[in-house]
Amino acid sequence: MKRTPLYDKHCELGGKIIDFNGWALPVQYSGIIEEHRQVRNAAGLFDVSHMGEIIVEGPDATGFIQKIITNDISKTRDFRVVYSPMCYPDGGVVDDILIYKYSDEFYLLIVNASNTEKDYDWLSQNIEGKATIRNVSDYYAQLALQGPESEKILQKLVDIDLKGLKFFNFAPEVEIAGHKAVISRSGYTGEDGFEIYIKSDYANELWDALMQAGKDCGLVPAGLGARDTLRFEVALPLYGHEISPDITPLEAGLDRFVKLDKENFIGKDALIEQKSTGVKRKIAGFEMVDRGVPRAQYDILADGKKIGFVTSGSYSPSLEKNLGIALLETAYAEPGTEVDIAIRNRALKARITVLPFYTKKYTK
Amino acid sequence: MKVLDGLKYSAEHEWIKIDGNKAYIGITDYAQHSLGDIVFVEIPEVGSELNKGDVLSVVESVKAASDVYAPVSGKVAEVNEELADSPEKINEDPYESWIAVIEMSDLSEAEELMDAREYERFCQEEE
Repeated sequence: MKRTPLYDKHCELGGKIIDFNGWALPVQYSGIIEEHRQVRNAAGLFDVSHMGEIIVEGPDATGFIQKIITNDISKTRDFRVVYSPMCYPDGGVVDDILIYKYSDEFYLLIVNASNTEKDYDWLSQNIEGKATIRNVSDYYAQLALQGPESEKILQKLVDIDLKGLKFFNFAPEVEIAGHKAVISRSGYTGEDGFEIYIKSDYANELWDALMQAGKDCGLVPAGLGARDTLRFEVALPLYGHEISPDITPLEAGLDRFVKLDKENFIGKDALIEQKSTGVKRKIAGFEMVDRGVPRAQYDILADGKKIGFVTSGSYSPSLEKNLGIALLETAYAEPGTEVDIAIRNRALKARITVLPFYTKKYTK
Repeated sequence: MKVLDGLKYSAEHEWIKIDGNKAYIGITDYAQHSLGDIVFVEIPEVGSELNKGDVLSVVESVKAASDVYAPVSGKVAEVNEELADSPEKINEDPYESWIAVIEMSDLSEAEELMDAREYERFCQEEE
């Protein structure tokens, strides 16, 4: 298994290490529910150094990225972060990525860890004009500081005024713990927070400085388990679950990140076709009525047939309910609809609800 | 990790407490610890006949579902309904949180299970 620069730190802190797509990472330290609540109420620190980073640069960098993403960065200002799906010609999703724009000729793409090589290959195959790509994943460590106390904690360590760093903006060279880092106001929990990219060699110093600064603010180390329940409650999609090569961004309800009126991009024709005929299935949330915990891949039944499957399911620590996200035939996706979830050969009742389950608390 | 004297233990990390022909069954401290926060317990049906090794219950943590096996054969005589509403009791006190009582059909099966010392060693080897 691959290790992040913080592996020894996780072990010292009593992190329970699991194999996450080939990466040895902590699923939890004190417990998923406690870490989850701490992030909602105070702050949590996540090691997400497994995430991939790819630089795209050159005079044609903007045009090239425009071709491979469904969102539109033609009017994006420098030092902004843009979220976008990246699609195959049939509309299925290669990956969902973050694009950090430094200038029209320089971008940093953040990709899902397990997709880094696949994405790099996909970019290589589709590159055109004067643009080059570089996989810099090993260079960067990434820490995510998330929760309502994040700004207060991070402000103790940086000279820039964080009030001026707005949601989905980044500062490219901030001095922190004696080293330079990239800091964006962003995250994957539905809370205010920051994602910090630093040279791998300095990851441990940064971790220690943040934990020290957060000591009196309730900051705790948080693992992948809480990261998943946090993103699940606010219905942020997870590659391989709500989006995949078999699920388009329109089916996933990510319409606002698919700009069909933009110049040509990969997947455009298929997505226009799907938009005009209407999606036949879509992502919806549900709440268990009967007792049981829904899990990814469980079948969903109604009117005596299979009408979809669970993409993510869990006990929700914030709402204290068993909830799920599902890909369903559109006719069954209306809130209030009753469906059955097949859990261990039993059909257990559930009701479609609105997403997200929990309201995001971003500082915009 | 807590192991209680006087109980019997299975290699699947169930404990049983024998009272005549009745066996109280739960999961061990080691098991609850490795599962993490328990959020759901599937309560078995009273009256169901189980062979040793059959699935008795399912305990779910935030991350995953995990089967609980009958360490002895027999009929489910009683179930602990309280765990349906308070599954976290298994984390808090695993040896008080019995899931079901089985009326054993073959008392010798319990003899084959580990005692406290053997189970302690078994867990150390699992680490």
